[in-house]
Amino acid sequence: MTESNVLLELNNIKKYFPITAGMFRREVGAVRAVDDISLRVYRGETLGLVGESGCGKTTLGKCVVRLLEPNSGSMQYNFEGEMRDLLSLNAQESFAARRKIQMVFQDPYSSLNPMKTIYQSFDEPIRIHSNRSKEERRELIARLLEAVNLHPEYMYRYPHEFSGGQRQRICIARALCVDPELVVCDEPVSALDVSIQAQVLNQMKDLQEKLSLTYIFIAHDLSVVEYMSDRIAVMYLGQVLELAPARSLYDRHIHPYTQALLSAVPVPDIRAKRERIILEGDVPSPADPPQGCRFHTRCRYCHARCIEEMPKLEPLVADSEHFVACHLAEERFAAGGTEA
Amino acid sequence: MATEYILEINNLKTQFVVRRRRVVRAVDGVTFKVRRGKILGLVGESGCGKSVTAHSIMRLLPKTAVIPEGSIMFHPEGGESVDMVQLKPTGRKIRSIRGNEISMIFQDPMASLNPVYNIGDQIVEVLLEHSKITKKQALERAVRMLELLSIPKASERIKDYPHQFSGGMKQRVMIAMGLICRPQLLIADEPTTALDVTIQAQIIELIKEMQSEFGFSTIIITHNMGIVADMADDVAVMYMGKIVEFGTKEDVFLNPLHPYTQALLKSVPILGNAGEDKLIPIRGVTPDPSAMPPGCAFEPRCDFATEACKTCVPGRVGVTDSHIVRCVHCIGENLDD
Repeated sequence: MTESNVLLELNNIKKYFPITAGMFRREVGAVRAVDDISLRVYRGETLGLVGESGCGKTTLGKCVVRLLEPNSGSMQYNFEGEMRDLLSLNAQESFAARRKIQMVFQDPYSSLNPMKTIYQSFDEPIRIHSNRSKEERRELIARLLEAVNLHPEYMYRYPHEFSGGQRQRICIARALCVDPELVVCDEPVSALDVSIQAQVLNQMKDLQEKLSLTYIFIAHDLSVVEYMSDRIAVMYLGQVLELAPARSLYDRHIHPYTQALLSAVPVPDIRAKRERIILEGDVPSPADPPQGCRFHTRCRYCHARCIEEMPKLEPLVADSEHFVACHLAEERFAAGGTEA
Repeated sequence: MATEYILEINNLKTQFVVRRRRVVRAVDGVTFKVRRGKILGLVGESGCGKSVTAHSIMRLLPKTAVIPEGSIMFHPEGGESVDMVQLKPTGRKIRSIRGNEISMIFQDPMASLNPVYNIGDQIVEVLLEHSKITKKQALERAVRMLELLSIPKASERIKDYPHQFSGGMKQRVMIAMGLICRPQLLIADEPTTALDVTIQAQIIELIKEMQSEFGFSTIIITHNMGIVADMADDVAVMYMGKIVEFGTKEDVFLNPLHPYTQALLKSVPILGNAGEDKLIPIRGVTPDPSAMPPGCAFEPRCDFATEACKTCVPGRVGVTDSHIVRCVHCIGENLDD
C-alpha cells in the first residue's frame, strides 16, 4: 500500500445539516453527520464502512459521489497519477470525474425507474458519457447483464418483472455501465433475503476481480462487511473510531466501541461461547454530540481525559496499518487487545 | 392439566384467497410443540409463513384468511386446554387469552405504538381489560415493569409519548405491554429486526432475563440464524409454509439434515472468517406461493434433488425423538401416518 496506490484521499471532510427554527428559518444548530473524517482508499481494495444507523456512513458515501457537497475538507482523487481535489474541479473535469465514481443504492425497489425498461435506464448514462453507436450500446448492455448472470433479453423488461435479488444485480450492472473505477455500495444487500444475499455478495466479488474495481462498501452488518472488505472503518457519530485490515480488526480490535459492536453480533454457531458486552443507553444525538471522545458516554473504560479531550485517529506504534481513536489505544494494545 | 408442552400445533393450515380464487397456502401443514418454560426459535425467510403462523395462534388473521384444517392446543397452567382454532376470533374466550395468557411483541415498535396516547395509557390498557384493578394500581404496576426493563426515571417517562422514546426504548415499552399481564406464552415477531446491533443485543439479553425471571414460554420469530443460536432451546426452520426441520438447538445447528437448513447456514457470512470461506449461495428464488412446485417446495433449488422429490411432498420423518425433518432423503420413523 504505497502512496501511488492511493485512489481517493479524504481530508477532514465535514458535512453538517443545518437545523432551522422560527419564521425566518434561522439556523439554531447543526446535525454533524460527518465530522472531520480523513480516510484513504487504495486502488483495487474494498474499504468497509460500518456503524449503527445515524453514524454518518451513508452521508460520507454520498459526499464521495458528490450527491452531497461537504461543508469543508478536500477529496483528492488520483487522475492517472495526478492527485486533484474533486471539490475544486471545473465543470468539464467534474463531468469526467463523475463517470469514474458510481454508486449502488440500498433499496433496489426504489432505485430503478418503474416507467423505464432496463435498456432505457442503462442507455442514458452510456449515451451521456461515451459516443458509442446505438448498436454498440446495446451490445454493452447485453454484456453487462450477462456479467451479473442475467439473460441479455431481459433488457427490454421493466423493473417490476424482477425479484429483489435480480434488481440489485441490475443496479450493480447499471453502476458499471460507464466503466467506473470506484463504486460506492450503500447497504447493497440489507434489503435482500439471506439466501439471496450470498448471490449478490459473490457476484460483487467476482466483478471486482474481473474489472479491477475499488469498492467503498457501506453496511451495518459487521459479518457482511468483514466478508467483503480488505480494510474496515468503524464509524460512530460522524467519526471514524477504528480503521484496520479486516483480519486484524477482528483479532485485535482495540477500541471499546468496536469490541462492543463485535460482541453484539449474533453468530449462528452454538458452540461459540462469547462474552457479550452490552452498551448502556442509546447513541447520543449527532446534533449535540458529547464533548471529548464521542463514545465516552457509553464507554466502560472512560476516564477524566476522555471527557475533556477528543482522541485523534492515529496509527498504533506497533502496527502502522491499524488506526485507533482512543486515549487508551496503546495501553489496550499492549494488554493484547481484546478477544472477540 | 400441566403437560410438558404449553402449545401443540398439529397440521395447521392457513390459507388466503386472493384474486381469481387462487389460494395461497401461507401455512401448509405446520406441526410443532412448544415446551413449557423454553424458547422456541422459528426461522425462515420473508414470505415463508412464520408471521402468519404467529397470527394464527393469536387469531389475528385478516378476513380473507381461513383455517380449513389443524388444531392449536393451548395448555395453560392451572386451566383448561383450549383449541385456539375452534374459538371465534372476536369471541369472549379468545379475548380473555389474547394479551393476557398469550401475548405478542411486534416487529416494528415505531408502527405498533399509538402516537396520540402516552405510553402509560397504552401499557395499562391491557391490564385494565384483563384484571379488576384501579387505574392507579395499574399505573404503579406499569412503572414497576418499566423499571424492571431498565427504563430510567420510569415514573416520569410513563407520561411521555412514543415519539419521545428512541427505537430501543420503544421496543422496551412494547415488551412491557407484552409482559404486564404475566402471560404464559410470549410470541415475539422479529423483535429486533428494526434495531441496531448494540440495541439488538440489549433487547435479546432483556428477553432472556425476563424469561428466567417470570418463567414464561417464548416463540421467537426471526430470519437471523445468529439470534436463534443465541436464544432458542428448540428450533423450527420454515420454508414455504412448512416446517422443514425441527429439533433442539443442538440437533439443528450441529447436525442440520434438511438441505435448506444446511444451505441457509452456509450462505451467511460468519464473523471472524474474514471472507476466507467463500459463501455458497442458494440458487434460484423462492417459488411463487400461489404456484408451488408439485413435489418438495425446495426441490428446484436443492442440490440433492432426485426424481422422487419432483413428484411427492415429503412427509415428516423422525430421525431421533427430538429431531424431525421433511426430506425424502432422511431415514427414520414416518410420523405422518
